[in-house]
Amino acid sequence: MLLFDSKRITLLAGHYGSGKTNIAVNWAKYLRETIDRVCVADLDIVNPYFRTKDSAEDFRQWGIRLISSEYANSNVDFPALPQELYSIVDDKSFHAVIDVGGDDRGAFALGRYVPRILEENDYELLLVINRYRPLTPDCESVVGIKNEIEAACRMKFTAIVNNSNLGRETTAQTVLDSLPFAVEVSKATGLPVKMTTVEDRLYSELKDKIDGLFPLTLQSKLI
Amino acid sequence: MSEKVLMKGNEAIAEAAIRSGCRFYLGYPITPQTEVAAYMAKRMPKIGGTFLQAESELSAINMVYGVASAGKRCMTSSSSPGISLKCEGLSYLAACDLPSVIVNVQRGGPGLGGIQPSQSDYFQATKGSGHGDFRMIVLAPSSVQEMADLTSLAFDLADKHRMPAMILADGTIGQMMEPVELAEDMHATQYEKPWACTGTKLERGHNIINSLILKPEILERLNIERYEKYKIVESEEVRYEEYMMDDAEICIVAFGIASRVAKSAIMEARKQGVKVGLIRPITLWPFPAEPIRAAADKVKAFISVELSMGQLIYDVRLASECKKPVHLCSRVGGMITSPDYVLKKILEVNEMGGAV
Repeated sequence: MLLFDSKRITLLAGHYGSGKTNIAVNWAKYLRETIDRVCVADLDIVNPYFRTKDSAEDFRQWGIRLISSEYANSNVDFPALPQELYSIVDDKSFHAVIDVGGDDRGAFALGRYVPRILEENDYELLLVINRYRPLTPDCESVVGIKNEIEAACRMKFTAIVNNSNLGRETTAQTVLDSLPFAVEVSKATGLPVKMTTVEDRLYSELKDKIDGLFPLTLQSKLI
Repeated sequence: MSEKVLMKGNEAIAEAAIRSGCRFYLGYPITPQTEVAAYMAKRMPKIGGTFLQAESELSAINMVYGVASAGKRCMTSSSSPGISLKCEGLSYLAACDLPSVIVNVQRGGPGLGGIQPSQSDYFQATKGSGHGDFRMIVLAPSSVQEMADLTSLAFDLADKHRMPAMILADGTIGQMMEPVELAEDMHATQYEKPWACTGTKLERGHNIINSLILKPEILERLNIERYEKYKIVESEEVRYEEYMMDDAEICIVAFGIASRVAKSAIMEARKQGVKVGLIRPITLWPFPAEPIRAAADKVKAFISVELSMGQLIYDVRLASECKKPVHLCSRVGGMITSPDYVLKKILEVNEMGGAV
């Protein structure tokens, strides 16, 4: 039994660098604990630098299917979507986690799958927020980006993921300080806060203080 | 003190430029620096600034020439292949003594190369960014915080010495996210620009920005005068960091992302009893020759750690006057040296002692 509710399709969208890819990877791994058939789809055709495909080897080990552009991390820096992506709406035996690109630019690529996703109506579109990002320091700017993404992908968000962090300088207090911000965004948008995500090193310190805390194991390498 | 934010290196450059009084950004997209343009596109319209995506890199650098001629702070950014296209413009900027800031978030080359990080534009930035005799101030950030701080410094130095200044970064620092702290107003010094083309208002003669000088005796004099200025820059503006150099027997020289990897390797080597330190040039031009010359009398060998086939190493040899062997430790093509890779080289050089 999983602590968090899940739908068949989980879509993660938000501002550039809000942490969508890390959350997608960890959420897929979380689902895989109880669900046999889980796939992750990399829809990020905006930034070729950080991709779900970087974790390809991990996915193999975890038994999670990865759908990403065959051009990703290849010699062809090409904003192409793989045909296989249609299987996220065609093959309902899988739970799908979709890592959408940043801002409205990234969400644009989602458009062609949206009618089928809406028709099936077993999805959640999560708005990933980090109040420590310079262009989303306040509720107003988050709402602005939210509206732009919704207009670009023609879907409405269903909940918020508060991923407020300062990278390796994140402390428990950093996360606690972001809670009122998440509540404010929640009130302004009418969306519930589904979870607050923290690096696993802070999980035990915060788990009794924050409802709906979800630990993240970081994927991107630090130098 | 302002609050900390989590930024990409490229975003830090853009925000620092704005806070340093830059209201004109002229650019053209290329991975891995596109976030500079994307950030400017979002921010500039909100603060009355100008973001302009030019039709090419050539166009962008010549727009910089125009804005700089009017005495306004302006910036362009690109990555390696795009900087090659800007080189003609850099020569013209230098020839007209125009303050301007150019950002190169390097990727692997030559040619179109790849999109992963590299430092192989070192020669281009410090020795030959265009035809003719000229120099640029070249600053090499090694963290997201420095991306911001050195961008601000670049604007000040460019204005102070009336010359182009380059931020020589790489794809890793451009793309990585780190917490940074930015002062609200980074426009440290306001410089008078009596030479700028701002209209005579019938109160003075014309200011003319021009690089076509057909009389050789005049062109020679202008070159000599410009090199007098470069001497002042060399004596006043050298910046570097020394790390664990007090008792060092091996001296690593590295800048930018390579210096971060080198620091991790140094920590590990010291645990194993090898006394190794680092000289990190922050200004690549003017180059910190003096501390390297001084180190040459104390250490038994140098290691140049760089993401190129051996470019920085030439300046290390020159600065150390070849008193001690200088070894190369490098990866190229978008590959990055790991701390283990550098450590292996340190241990190898330690075994060799002062031998070549």
